[in-house]
Amino acid sequence: MPPSPPAAKLRLATVWLAGCSGCHMSFLDLDEFLFDLAEKVDVVFSPVGTDVKIYPENVDIALVEGAVANVDNLELALQLRQRTALVISFGDCAVTANVPGLRNLLDGGHDSAKAVLERGYLELADATGQLPFAPGIVPELLPRVLPLHEVIPVDLYLPGCPPSAERIREAITPLLAGERPVQEGSAMLRFG
Amino acid sequence: MSVPQQLRCCDASGCRSAGGQALRTALEGARDAAGLDAEALTIKPVGCLRLCGSGPLVACDGPGPTQLFGGVAPEHAGALIAASLATSHPSGCDDALAAHRLDLEDPFFALQQPVVLEGCGQANPESIDDALAFGTYAQLHRILQELTPEQVRDEVRRSGLRGRGGAGYPTGLKWDTVALQPSGPRYVVCNADEGDPGAFMDRSVLESDPHRLIEGMAIAAYAVGAERGFVYVRAEYPLAIERLRLALQQARSRHLLGNHIDGTSFNLRLEVRVGAGAYVCGEETALLLSIQGQRGMPQPRPPFPAQSGLWGAPTLINNVETFTAVPAILRQGGDWYAAIGTEHSKGTKVFALSGAVVNTGLVEVPMGTPLRTVVEVIGGGVPDGSPIKAVQTGGPSGGCIPAQRLDTPVDYESLLELGSMMGSGGMVVMGESTSMPEVARHFMGFSVNESCGKCVPCRAGTVQLAQLLDRFVERRATPADMERLDALCQMVKVTSLCGLGQSAPNPVLSTLRWFRHEYEAACREPAACVAAGGVER
Amino acid sequence: MSVVTLSVNGQDVAVPAGASLLEATRAAEANVPTLCHLEGLTPVSACRLCLVEVEGSGKLLPACSTAAAEGMVVHTHTPQLREVRRMTVELIFAEGNHVCAVCVANTHCELQDMAVTVGMDHSRFPYQYPQRSVDASHPQFTLDHNRCILCTRCVRVCDEIEGAHVWDIGSRGGQCHIVAGLDEPWGQVQACTSCGKCVDVCPTGALFRNSDTTAEKQPNTTLPALLRTAREQRRWHNQ
Repeated sequence: MPPSPPAAKLRLATVWLAGCSGCHMSFLDLDEFLFDLAEKVDVVFSPVGTDVKIYPENVDIALVEGAVANVDNLELALQLRQRTALVISFGDCAVTANVPGLRNLLDGGHDSAKAVLERGYLELADATGQLPFAPGIVPELLPRVLPLHEVIPVDLYLPGCPPSAERIREAITPLLAGERPVQEGSAMLRFG
Repeated sequence: MSVPQQLRCCDASGCRSAGGQALRTALEGARDAAGLDAEALTIKPVGCLRLCGSGPLVACDGPGPTQLFGGVAPEHAGALIAASLATSHPSGCDDALAAHRLDLEDPFFALQQPVVLEGCGQANPESIDDALAFGTYAQLHRILQELTPEQVRDEVRRSGLRGRGGAGYPTGLKWDTVALQPSGPRYVVCNADEGDPGAFMDRSVLESDPHRLIEGMAIAAYAVGAERGFVYVRAEYPLAIERLRLALQQARSRHLLGNHIDGTSFNLRLEVRVGAGAYVCGEETALLLSIQGQRGMPQPRPPFPAQSGLWGAPTLINNVETFTAVPAILRQGGDWYAAIGTEHSKGTKVFALSGAVVNTGLVEVPMGTPLRTVVEVIGGGVPDGSPIKAVQTGGPSGGCIPAQRLDTPVDYESLLELGSMMGSGGMVVMGESTSMPEVARHFMGFSVNESCGKCVPCRAGTVQLAQLLDRFVERRATPADMERLDALCQMVKVTSLCGLGQSAPNPVLSTLRWFRHEYEAACREPAACVAAGGVER
Repeated sequence: MSVVTLSVNGQDVAVPAGASLLEATRAAEANVPTLCHLEGLTPVSACRLCLVEVEGSGKLLPACSTAAAEGMVVHTHTPQLREVRRMTVELIFAEGNHVCAVCVANTHCELQDMAVTVGMDHSRFPYQYPQRSVDASHPQFTLDHNRCILCTRCVRVCDEIEGAHVWDIGSRGGQCHIVAGLDEPWGQVQACTSCGKCVDVCPTGALFRNSDTTAEKQPNTTLPALLRTAREQRRWHNQ
């Protein structure tokens, strides 16, 4: 659980791993609630809120969108777990691997990275197709796409593709008060 | 009783695979070469002589005491003929053969009490005359002439016999339930779909003494009022099927099956139904569907087959060993049988002993015999003399009993208490180098392959359990995996539809109970798993 | 009409003799979840979600196929039942390829609803990503095995209501799958009357009309019960 308010503003991060950013768009759909939120939290890391490139220390809450599909995702996931009090799997890709995970269907799931690259860059390409290879620039794909909780311990799950702004608000509001949201019923739990 | 001068050559699957048929041909050649005919020295194929691991086995009867030889090569045939003719032994036995002599005073033989197996290794399984000479069908004759169905059931009830297929349901009670259903057609079914790894009791009985099984089934049919029956045998037992079919044909030709058996109004038609390789068809409701020509999938019970079985009719379904015990019970009386064994588990039980044990083979002992006696005294312990680590009973539905519990008497309740079960009678001895998570994974793999796929916990739960066990075997499990393993085992156990699913977690639960440290030793911290690439699975 | 009385979650209910435990729990408004069960079709007790605790029985019993009996004391939502139900739904999600976001049945899926009912916010069991096929050989309908949960409603409705028995189950264990005809492409099975009952009763997006795309499937699961009642009670409009 996050440390109790209100001595200092809570430090909030939102993280974008392998996902379509739809969950972040839904987050932005919080509209005027974002103003309320801004009074209570400092957004310390977010693709839609800051320009910080390094995940900071002492984060209270992290909303993590997306599955873990490449080595950068994996590294960031491990790092954010160490630096964050409460990690939320934010949306179906983080919770189930969802659409990014569909590549696990290739090659019996053993090495879908190779299979998906060959499919995309060779089989479907014109005669000049070639596999991308840029070590250190383009992160390598993991053999399998994994939901976040198979990589790091997750404290709260917020399913949905995307979770509606309403659902995000219902989940975040109690957290700001140092309480756990009640994750029950169609409003809070439904996949898809 | 004068013992006929004869050689009994084991011709069951075990000894056949060890070259038993070639040996018998060689023996016949040697006999001819010695100028003897079949009259002077009978060489007959018989059923199981018990010590399967030392096959091919040959027993020499008379004129002296019976001698048993094992692992005899065809080139020793001449010496064996000579030995069998010698009036005194072992002087009549050359050195090469002496090494193959098996001591019939050894506890392996001496501590056995054959009831179900009494005809095994004595009679020629392909000869009804031999079976009749040995007394088979005598009880059928007697009860048809002298006893009412109620009296037969009363005798079986008094014997305290319980189902030998594994569940241990009281046989007399089951017979009564079928007999007391409203009038109409009913069936008897023999479950010979023996599928547990390490179990070969029923196969041995079918291959060795099929007529006794037929007699037992006929008595049961008379007792419950059935006129039609089936023996459901797994296709993997070709020799058993062949002999059973032959025996049924012989019994029909002697009017021991068919209409007006023994001049009475009792009619019985028995047929063989061959399975198609599904372990789940050993589950009774799935077996009955399979006999009906449908997909073998377990059904919710109730209704139990005794109320509504084959084509909706009351159906008595018992295991091979249960039916085969019946003629002896009627001959000697229910009280005689009830005097053997323990208070709640009467009579004898046949076990198939295998694994890390000196004497591999069939063992029939009174219920309540300590497990240690079975595996260490009768079985002879681990071949290299090292201690036994555990004994697996009950196949994929059973569990591993640890060495410190070897003094447990073998009966239904005691084994259940230890987290295992009697099962059909497979007993696999494990030495110290055996890894328990590996054993559990092996059996779980079996359950994954053999799940019928009908209910979710067994179909999908066993797959997840097998993968969790992979993580332990490959030493990349986390403490969270341990929790999941415990929880999922419990879930599959309490929610599966049939006995197979409900007992599929037993190999894990029992090894978790007795050898938890082996699972714990395979756990790492989650972070270590990630660093070692464990997350990539 | 003889009646049996029993207690469901402490509430006394009376149901006609011969009624199932499921009907009894409904009389008590206990909301026992079901997935393979469908009114009008023979119960098969395959999904195990309707398991309930009956005092003295020693094991959990499927409400759909157990007869209600006089004096039973039934509990439908014990902590153990809640836990095993959630695990069951997790296992179903993990064994198939269920991606709600891109499914034809999204928002009208009984499996999706069931996840909410049992409070499943994620699966503790890794998704298996099995290799499964899609049979689009029928001119009007498609069978997507990826979304099939083997409830066998299609098998039963086709056999028991339509009388065509187009569907059955092939293979075993995790390899189980629905087969059309003699394991042929659906479009080639002449026994199929294209009535669409299987599509209507399918709880997920496994069977759907070709005209439907993401989130457009509108199932109709009341048909079997209506037809069965009409047949048994000869309640037809023209009679």
